Amino acid sequence: MKLTINGEPQEVASATLAALLHELAYDHEFLATARNGELVCAEERSACVLEAGDRIEILSPMQGG
Amino acid sequence: MFEVYGETFASRFLLGTAQYPSPQILADAVRASGAEILTVSLRRETAGNGTGGRFWDRIRELNVKVLPNTAGCHSVKEAVTTARMARDLFGTDWIKLEVIGHHDSLQPDVFGLVEASRILSDDGFEVFPYTTDDIVVGERLLEAGCQVLMPWCAPIGSAKGPVNPDALRSYRSHFSGVPLVVDAGLGRPSHAATVLELGFDAVLLNTAVAKAGDPVAMARSFAMAIEAGRLAYEAQPLEPRDMAVPSTPVLGMAVFE
Repeated sequence: MKLTINGEPQEVASATLAALLHELAYDHEFLATARNGELVCAEERSACVLEAGDRIEILSPMQGG
Repeated sequence: MFEVYGETFASRFLLGTAQYPSPQILADAVRASGAEILTVSLRRETAGNGTGGRFWDRIRELNVKVLPNTAGCHSVKEAVTTARMARDLFGTDWIKLEVIGHHDSLQPDVFGLVEASRILSDDGFEVFPYTTDDIVVGERLLEAGCQVLMPWCAPIGSAKGPVNPDALRSYRSHFSGVPLVVDAGLGRPSHAATVLELGFDAVLLNTAVAKAGDPVAMARSFAMAIEAGRLAYEAQPLEPRDMAVPSTPVLGMAVFE
């Protein structure tokens, strides 16, 4: 199905957010995730079922002022 | 000691982590500053890159408290979601709340700021709002649940220093007992000393250190100025007077005429 991941359209096979992170090779990274503008906590990713058209944000720490 | 949200810090210097020439210079500048609170942010991560994780490992080595920000957010929704993602990632209820109202001036959208502060405070966050020096907005932020206020003294990154010292003086008098941090616009250590002399509890800055020719020396210089400014405030500075007042006693002067 087609999702928008960090602003870019992408075709993916995963059914859940946890599976998606594995599919996209985000394993072992220090991340925060959101689906359609709402936080999905780390422990909720396995239960987070994706639907076509979902907007996924995958963020990590960076420098800030 | 600087107290905020029930925690106590020896340093009154909150330092940003962006724009340093290298990760090593960032680490050295943090140590030179004595800062115990560092601001960090969140950005989109590229798969397999690991950049965020490496940065986070370096910050953790410094053994300081982190204050995540919502920099770049222009709406309440964006700021609230970013804050929630930051809490999930960094494991802290602290959030430096920025809701930007204007691209060029980076002036806070104070209406959105108050609304987002209320939502996040109700959700258990401890909000550090980046605001203007408007007292009424400060009142609304306190009503929304904030226990600290962070007025600018000039636009972000402008290095102008306190452009309206009278407003800052009024702000300090009005919010007696509330922790106040001057956030944004400081360019030189003398600016930091000035706002500490006015009674502000701490300063938060980034660009003035990171973009200096020698960030490590500048971090140390700011630390010294902040300490000097605070000491001067506690020592109760003399108020300016319109007329000259002799410092040497005139009583007992010889008369030669």
